[in-house]
Amino acid sequence: MSTNNQSIVIRGATVVNPDSMFVADVRIANGVIEAIGESLAGDVVLEASGCFISSGFVDLHTHLREPGKEEAETIESGSRAAVLGGFTAVVAMPNTDPAQDNVKTVQFVRERGLAVGLCEVIPSGCITVGRLGTKLVPYDQLAQEGVTLFTDDGTGVQDALVMQRALMVAKRLNLTLAQHCEVASMTVGAVMHDGACCSTMGVPGWPSAAEEEMVRRDIQLVRITGAREHFMHLSTQGSVELVRAAKAEGLPITAEVTPHHISLTDELLTGFDPIFKVNPPLRTMADISALHEGLADGTIDAIATDHAPHAGHTKEQTLDTAPPGMLGLETALGVVNTAVTLSPQKIAALMSWNPAVIANISDHQGRPVAVGEPAHIAVWDTTTVWSVSRDELASRSTNTPYHGMELRGRVRHTIYNGQLVVQEGKALA
Amino acid sequence: MKHLLSTRDLSTEEILSVLAMADHMAEINSRAVPKVPALRGRTVASVFFEDSTRTRLSFETAATRLSAEVMTFTASSSSVNKGESLRDTIETLSAMGVDAFVVRHKSSGAPLQITQWTDAAVINAGDGWHQHPTQALLDAYTITRNFNELNSMHGRTIAIVGDIKHSRVARSDIDVFTRLGAKVVLVAPAAFLPTSLEGWGVTTADSLDDVIDVVDVVYMLRIQRERMDSAQMPSLREYSSLFALTPERAARMQSHALLLHPGPINRGVEMIVDPSVVPGSRILQQVTNGISIRMAVLFSLLGGDATTTLSNGVEA
Ligand SMILES: [Zn+2]
Ligand SMILES: [Zn+2]
Repeated sequence: MSTNNQSIVIRGATVVNPDSMFVADVRIANGVIEAIGESLAGDVVLEASGCFISSGFVDLHTHLREPGKEEAETIESGSRAAVLGGFTAVVAMPNTDPAQDNVKTVQFVRERGLAVGLCEVIPSGCITVGRLGTKLVPYDQLAQEGVTLFTDDGTGVQDALVMQRALMVAKRLNLTLAQHCEVASMTVGAVMHDGACCSTMGVPGWPSAAEEEMVRRDIQLVRITGAREHFMHLSTQGSVELVRAAKAEGLPITAEVTPHHISLTDELLTGFDPIFKVNPPLRTMADISALHEGLADGTIDAIATDHAPHAGHTKEQTLDTAPPGMLGLETALGVVNTAVTLSPQKIAALMSWNPAVIANISDHQGRPVAVGEPAHIAVWDTTTVWSVSRDELASRSTNTPYHGMELRGRVRHTIYNGQLVVQEGKALA
Repeated sequence: MKHLLSTRDLSTEEILSVLAMADHMAEINSRAVPKVPALRGRTVASVFFEDSTRTRLSFETAATRLSAEVMTFTASSSSVNKGESLRDTIETLSAMGVDAFVVRHKSSGAPLQITQWTDAAVINAGDGWHQHPTQALLDAYTITRNFNELNSMHGRTIAIVGDIKHSRVARSDIDVFTRLGAKVVLVAPAAFLPTSLEGWGVTTADSLDDVIDVVDVVYMLRIQRERMDSAQMPSLREYSSLFALTPERAARMQSHALLLHPGPINRGVEMIVDPSVVPGSRILQQVTNGISIRMAVLFSLLGGDATTTLSNGVEA
């Protein structure tokens, strides 16, 4: 591993910036991009012709499980998984135990992330105390700790008045609320998408309408409060249409999709394997097509993994009792690039530039590759075909739905804060 | 076949061969001493994570009549409630030397999952709302033998009445009946139908009155009272007025039409008529046939070369 006073040269990659793409050598030293040019020399030289070099990816939606469920993941193991996936910043979801609804827990997560030092760990805050949907968290105190993104992820805020009041506070303090859109009364006991497969399999369905109803409600709340809202892991055609219309209206709304919702369908559940159970559930080809269109036309701003580790034994339960969630960090680029045809600039926009803005870290993450910029860098390609093995992941858990599948496109090197943390697809620390 | 997890695992030929083998088993069951040594030395574990005395006794009787050893495991007497995983339970029982598991579970798919953790055959004795394959086989057996058309249900129309959505019996029966050529009409309120009937090959009707006098079989499903409380139907009274079998409706059945029910009957809910006064009722015959069908299934899975070993057993 290089140290801060060692320079690193990425040789011959195509620089991916919002306004240009060009082949060049990029030299990193002292934590910043020091030079861009031809035939640069450095202490460590990484050949990267045929690869792309962009700002490091930013995940808006990572469950690191610490504190509380360290058997599934820790901030350290999750950070390692992140950089292997090219992410130099992750937003840590607040459904920890204790939940991130208080200053102490938020400080713990941030400090633990700094101590691990592999990537930037950004604690999100809860919208309501204990994610119970009733009492608002101390927004001013959490904002002072630097928290700008708030969500009750895992559940949506069911009470419209509570959500409206949270949005009013968020507007005043210039914060962003992120919603897991799901009307809970419509999904009691739900196991998988409510469609043809679920009907034949005889399991409780997870209707698209449960998501769409809350998307519809929250668009109205944004309309009347003027606050920003981010819609997490949209999964249905109807949600995409609602968000598209709301954006056309000029409402301050952003939206994310996960790699799994744009690549996998509910038919995978016909073998009753809980590995494919996730919230929101895998949907149909029609939904996938709508999500792809949403990516293409800008309705969807970001790819976010919803990386959700679960210890092995919890996925050895029956489909109805197993917890929902799947790993995502290490496979994100490959899945996205395999499932959708996107230009390198579009990939960088969806995985780095836009999420950095939504997470309010665009002053130092998701920056152009330019001299003087902080060195949070991902070097990746869109051509390497590789096979996913759950036994070779850095995550503490193995619940990837892509085990044994071939993906096209891989992260080669990741540099965080000027440090080479992943080299040739291997974590260095 | 290695397991019987779903009727969908069976080809139509396999279904017909199980029905044919059940004829042999029925002959054994008619003897003074209804027992053959066909599965001597084999162990069948009935593993009921959800209580069902009827189905368990039917399987255990079938296994006993074929001279298999029977191990009984019920959730209430086990460590399942103490957090032992499904995997641990099955691996432990497998280690005791089990040739076949007969599994009842409240969760759809559990018997399929169990096959990962054992080399033994797994027979689904009912999982969640998903499947109850031996019920469908015994129902097909009852219908074909009563109409004396052993290999087909062509030209027959069967009404399945009640809570289709939450019924493993319905899912299994629909698959088997339609593949044997029957027309199946589902008679149920919207809340009791699954979201999608894509690929099911059935039609639907809004009330029993629409179909009662034209069908060849009236198959009444058991209605669970708790479903009435969860706002899926406005009231039991409304349900019964449209979907229960009343004496008046029973009187409108065709003279050759059969009445079937998987049991236990919910008198006053789906069955307002006393089935013993309905001439076409074959409800008790279903119970009798259940033993023959389960013997046929156990023998098919555990008996090795079917014809020779069975004939040995018959001669013994
Ligand atoms: Zn969520
Ligand atoms: Zn999540």
